[in-house]
Amino acid sequence: MSLPPNVSQTAFDAALKAWRQSVGGEWVFTEAADVALYRDAYSPFYGEPEERVASAAVAPATLEEVQAVVRTANQHRIPLYPISTGRNLAYGGSAPVHSGSVVLDLKRMNRVIEVNERNAYALVEPGVSYFDLYDHIQKAKLDVWIDPPDPGWGSVIGNALDGGGGWTAAPFRDHFGSHCGMEVVLANGEVVRTGMGALPNSKSWQHSRWGFGPWVDGLFRQSNFGVVTKMGFHLMPRPDALMTSTVTSMRDEDIVPMLDVLNRLEAQHLVNGSTQIFGGPNRPGAGSPTWTIQVPIYGPEPVVRAAMDYVKAKFTAIPSLKFTEGELFRTPLSPDALTRVRLVNFGIPNLSTFAMLGRNPGNPDPAGGHIGFSPIVPRTGESILEFRRYYDEHVTKSSVGRELGVVGPVYMTCWERTLVCLIMFPIGRDKARNTKVRALFEKLVRVAADRGWAEYRAPAAFQDLIASTYSYNDSSLTRLRETLKDAVDPNGILSAGRYGVWPKHLRKA
Amino acid sequence: MKRLLLVFIGLVTLVSTAGAAEPSGQQVYERWCATCHAPGPGHPGTQSLEMKYGGKSPAVLLDRTDLSPQAVAVFVRQGVLLMAPFRKTEISDTELAALSAYVGKNFSAR
Repeated sequence: MSLPPNVSQTAFDAALKAWRQSVGGEWVFTEAADVALYRDAYSPFYGEPEERVASAAVAPATLEEVQAVVRTANQHRIPLYPISTGRNLAYGGSAPVHSGSVVLDLKRMNRVIEVNERNAYALVEPGVSYFDLYDHIQKAKLDVWIDPPDPGWGSVIGNALDGGGGWTAAPFRDHFGSHCGMEVVLANGEVVRTGMGALPNSKSWQHSRWGFGPWVDGLFRQSNFGVVTKMGFHLMPRPDALMTSTVTSMRDEDIVPMLDVLNRLEAQHLVNGSTQIFGGPNRPGAGSPTWTIQVPIYGPEPVVRAAMDYVKAKFTAIPSLKFTEGELFRTPLSPDALTRVRLVNFGIPNLSTFAMLGRNPGNPDPAGGHIGFSPIVPRTGESILEFRRYYDEHVTKSSVGRELGVVGPVYMTCWERTLVCLIMFPIGRDKARNTKVRALFEKLVRVAADRGWAEYRAPAAFQDLIASTYSYNDSSLTRLRETLKDAVDPNGILSAGRYGVWPKHLRKA
Repeated sequence: MKRLLLVFIGLVTLVSTAGAAEPSGQQVYERWCATCHAPGPGHPGTQSLEMKYGGKSPAVLLDRTDLSPQAVAVFVRQGVLLMAPFRKTEISDTELAALSAYVGKNFSAR
């Protein structure tokens, strides 16, 4: 059994004893084989000394047990790393950022506390996955949708807190943005409820997110200021239909007006689905369009058809664009339609995305896992063309980039007005290869920052580097976060280092 | 998983928890494995094994006769390629025993 850093055997033994009393002996894991299950299977340092690993894990099942575990950790100054379902693969999985931390595994907190169809919201615990929430809604025959990300086994809360997004209509596919109220255990064990939840016997915790006075929910996104134990989410009432049309162009420069039109339509909420943009270095052979944009609209059928007519008129006002009206799917989907659609666009969680990333005809010998490089760039055609030049220079035309089998860029529009140019790096057990992946990843971060782009989310191994690129005014944002960290977690026990925020005793000068 | 939403009955549902009693091996399989390993398109595990075995061995886990319960347990706890290991808070040792017996039910030592 390994010790957490800067913790004596006596203190650790005392904490383990207290935790066993709090949660039961079977839910405190110290055996090497059990602790190894918390390794990040997609770690870019897998098997190397720098790999971030846990020293132990403890798995409470209730709010009160979380409080007890945290109080014990605070008393003995033992670093904890909360996870929800631990399936944040490509962004750290279930491993801590600060190696040697004890993982606080919240998977057993798996209650769907409420799904309210009338006002379309849910209140859940961290161990509830998208599959769990979907199944709950199906069994209860409620007429609301969830918004799943690509893999459905992740935590609804964990994905939102890590900044994840999905594939149905705005604003629901912005997972943190669609939350409404949270319950948080602070480092001293105290419980806070945010927004309207701070009112004893509140009747509107999941109805209105702002409450009274300063809004603090954002402090718990990608952070280490508390352990979120409940969170509310607004759900989408099932839309009657989804129609996805396609706009294409053979001309490279047309991406500029295509995005200008798209952005205006989206900002007016006429296009409310998650658009997809294909083109650039991934474009297929001659004769295929250089750019393709998918334009999805959710809503009642007459409204969808009328909106699509307007959308068509706006795009076809540009003579070089071709508009192809897509099939309209009515919901609930027919058995035939279920086999022909992308399920996440209809609020149905699944794991089919792994077919693209795993062994398939185009990738017969996969490395294993992957990590994502996810810079945010302005949602303009000029930016896409500039990003493509950057990608060509550093990946496509780079021998290392070709050797590593890097996939990208995937232009993601989970968030309104936002464009993420995702690049995927295969990660395996080959240390020499992983070393090259890390070097290229770090180079891409630095060059992107020089161009004014930075990542919105990253694996633990790169969080310090990326945080350091947000350096305006002598890194005043980082210093503000450190001030807050020291105030709410003076012993620095919670998720040390997460997203570049370190407690005082671990901060580099 | 592929049933879609039916219209209202209850407006509000309160607290549900996963599994009060110990689930059967089939239930564990359906909860954790079927989304990747069921037959047909859209199942990445099945797709991967189709390519790996090229028809020499069934790609659908439940059709396998060469997969011992012990081997199932090893894959669950160690993972393979994209499939990360499953922790004991996800699949307990008791559930793993039931799952391994269920998936390995057709195993015949040769």
